[in-house]
Amino acid sequence: MSTDSAPALQEPDQGLALPAAHAPLPGLLALFLAFARMSLAGFGGVLVFARRAIVEQHRWMTPDQFNETFALCHFLPGPNIVNLSMVFGSRLRGIAGGVAAFTGLLLPPTLIMTVLAIIYARFGDVEVLRRSLAGISCAAVGLLIAVVFRMMTPLLKRMDIVVLVLVLGVFLAIGVLRLPLQAVLLVAIPLSVGATYVMRRKIAA
Amino acid sequence: MSSENPIWALISTFALMSLFAVGGAAAAVPEMHRIAVDVHHWMTDKQFTDAYAIAQLSPGPNVLIVTLIGYAVAGIPGALAATLAMCLPTALLAYCVSRLLNRPSQSRWPALIQAALVPLSIGLMAASALILAQSTDRTIAALLLTATVAAIASISRVNPLWLLLIGGLLGFAGIV
Repeated sequence: MSTDSAPALQEPDQGLALPAAHAPLPGLLALFLAFARMSLAGFGGVLVFARRAIVEQHRWMTPDQFNETFALCHFLPGPNIVNLSMVFGSRLRGIAGGVAAFTGLLLPPTLIMTVLAIIYARFGDVEVLRRSLAGISCAAVGLLIAVVFRMMTPLLKRMDIVVLVLVLGVFLAIGVLRLPLQAVLLVAIPLSVGATYVMRRKIAA
Repeated sequence: MSSENPIWALISTFALMSLFAVGGAAAAVPEMHRIAVDVHHWMTDKQFTDAYAIAQLSPGPNVLIVTLIGYAVAGIPGALAATLAMCLPTALLAYCVSRLLNRPSQSRWPALIQAALVPLSIGLMAASALILAQSTDRTIAALLLTATVAAIASISRVNPLWLLLIGGLLGFAGIV
């Protein structure tokens, strides 16, 4: 899109404003198929595959552009990779490209998931399936704990008390007290933004 | 089920939830659990945990646990309605914002807010883990399996799919 190829004003990275680094723009079908493929490859998270396909395989974006687009989608609410498909597709091909990428990402796995839902509804009480699912659940919870652990590591190294208190506060409010998400976020987001702002000013000063 | 149309309940629930889903799908799990199990009684605790396991094991974005919740409420139309309600509003929001700020790195506010959201997402994901563990880890063997997988995935780069499949096999064999 023309708005995105405008020269960067303050970016020192050379990669950002060079459309020459790109492969030719993909068609709508190519976008749909590319996102369908990365979605179906993405067991336990699509992001890695999306990055590989967009940056390395098709060269539709430079690494910097990808990071920037992902940062935007991560910052906004909602499933990040779904946001990314819409933003990425529309940057290449307008709103139709966004819809093509969005549909490619969601349609095939949604169909698979619907089939699994039907199977579960019919056979979910079969003892063998129940036992297997219970085992998978245990492993899935373990994976989630590992993600939390990996994300906590840099925070623990810095021993940033305010940040750790925020993590603990949200954990207790949602996990133990089971308060509604909206209410917790309405308190936690201003607190966290304020704390981050103050800390950054302290570091800058 | 109440007399109101379940499809509409799904759409309004998930569209609203998606707008508050900071930190991605795993961070939204506690709220999904609260709404689907505690508030609306769409599913039992066990069904919810199974849905989480199925969504982890299947390809595609992890947010598609909502497809399973939607199906449990209202069949195939429910599955599609829940998926679209969870995914489309924020995707359109992202589209509009990306058009407004096509170079978000120029302002420091997005970076600051993003940094501020990190501890909140971690807290939410930890809460997800606790809520799911309370339903799934009811035996010593189950607890051991969860702890082992957590340790392996924390220190190695093994593909998570293998760990899920091993968990499934242990369950199949009746060990956990």
